[in-house]
Amino acid sequence: MKVLVAVKRVIDYNVKVRVKPDNTGVDLANVKMAMNPFCEIAVEEAVRLKEKGIATEIVVVSIGPKACQEQIRTALALGADRGIHIEADEEVQSLDAAKLLKAVVEKEEPKLVILGKQSIDSDNNQTGQMLAALTGMGQGTFASEVVVDGEKVNVTREVDGGLMTVSLNLPAVVTTDLRLNEPRYASLPNIMKAKKKPLDVMSPADLGVEIAARLTTLKVEAPAARSAGIKVADVAELVDKLKNEAKVI
Amino acid sequence: MSILVIAEHDNSSLTPATLNVVAAAKAIGGDIDVLVAGENCGAVAEAAAKAEGVAKVLVADNAAYGHFLGENLGELVAELGKGYSHILAAAGTTGKDFMPRVAALLDVAQVSDIIRVESEDTFVRPIYAGNAIATVKATDSIKVVTVRPTGFDPVEADSGSASVEQVDVVKDAGLSSFAGEEKAKSDRPDLASAGIVISGGRGMQNGENFKMLEQVADLLGAGMGASRAAVDAGFVPNDMQVGQTGKIVAPQLYIAVGISGAIQHLAGMSESKVIVAINKDEEAPIFQVADYGLVADLFEAVPQLEEELKKVL
Repeated sequence: MKVLVAVKRVIDYNVKVRVKPDNTGVDLANVKMAMNPFCEIAVEEAVRLKEKGIATEIVVVSIGPKACQEQIRTALALGADRGIHIEADEEVQSLDAAKLLKAVVEKEEPKLVILGKQSIDSDNNQTGQMLAALTGMGQGTFASEVVVDGEKVNVTREVDGGLMTVSLNLPAVVTTDLRLNEPRYASLPNIMKAKKKPLDVMSPADLGVEIAARLTTLKVEAPAARSAGIKVADVAELVDKLKNEAKVI
Repeated sequence: MSILVIAEHDNSSLTPATLNVVAAAKAIGGDIDVLVAGENCGAVAEAAAKAEGVAKVLVADNAAYGHFLGENLGELVAELGKGYSHILAAAGTTGKDFMPRVAALLDVAQVSDIIRVESEDTFVRPIYAGNAIATVKATDSIKVVTVRPTGFDPVEADSGSASVEQVDVVKDAGLSSFAGEEKAKSDRPDLASAGIVISGGRGMQNGENFKMLEQVADLLGAGMGASRAAVDAGFVPNDMQVGQTGKIVAPQLYIAVGISGAIQHLAGMSESKVIVAINKDEEAPIFQVADYGLVADLFEAVPQLEEELKKVL
């Protein structure tokens, strides 16, 4: 079966985020960018399904400026077969991303679509669920285990208070949580091979979607800093302070 | 304006987070209705009717909603929510699952995980794992919003007397079914709503050593948490994780033991009222946010803490 994986280019998770002095956003100039960590897990899961003989073809798609092709190439080096880049220089919000992905789903007709549960920049946690709703598919969000069983997929989900397993009709959407797998690193020969794999570029207009932001960011600020308190000498002083000064025990 | 709050519950009781979401609805202003969708969830509806400021409770009681499947709840809430200006739910794993479906079905944007209300259409939310705080204006006619419970003080649980109305809209999308669950077994208070939380980090060295923290937690009636480092190292299960990728907590007292204070952990607990850090590395970033810091070997300090607490409690 064909698996579609959506990946997003974001600030590298090791980079210290700095708010711009004019409060219009986060400073991304000359900052290291990378594939969103939850998307890496999505690619890894698709590659494992292919290694098990369940997935026959992995198509990776990314939306954003031309530089996104780096992340598509990374996914191709990890084992995806071909890439689709939807080129958009303006901000693409979750609902429009879901509409673009819906158009790709209609063209490619994958049996399974795997996405990260959220991107570490906007932290929205929306696109996978919106895509599932727009395409009329079931969804297994925050997945820690994915088992394809004939025309169904059983997804174990990380939920408040434990785990929950849902059984979904295929085609379905899965969004990844941290414990689903540990992504591999791309080997040098595979990075070289990835350069020759096919990569189609299209525009939102080609897919019949008009990008229209519904949310306006008025300002972005650094979080209020919490000031350091005092150091206590020993446990007895700590318990005394908690009881008599902070009055929390 | 009229606001529909979707109750979070387990079919037998209302989760406390719902009271925080009603508080967010009050901050927006307007009539507040609460939808309780579940199976055999009459007791939840009664509890919701007593919450402060609620005008009406709608009850959709059907097997299709028994396991809160996102596909079915999404269709139900999209249909019932059409007549409202705002649809709100707690940003727990249930709300995060079905609310984006609601937004997509209504062709509107969702504003995720708000921590403050500026006006009826403008909200404040953390981005980049809490390293930046964005103020966002929603331009759609219906605002679909998930609420981070710790951002709002809960309304009173038993000062209201809302009417309760059954709705017989049954939406079974037929796309998904419940296939089992594994609830974490614990007699301790739930991490998200506990008044005191004690968490261990990589410094605990292994899962066995968390027993030391359990004894302190039992004395204090505290919930137990962990840093992502401790979870990744396999010391404890993922549902104990406090941080941007785990639970967001804001208890009266948060005790961080052997936790260095990575930014992703701080994003999950820095709203706590009082923070205590116990760490042998005095340069650990956790001390920059702690009200009371103790530079000590946790393997000596934690047993001492247990003894000292026994004296005063």
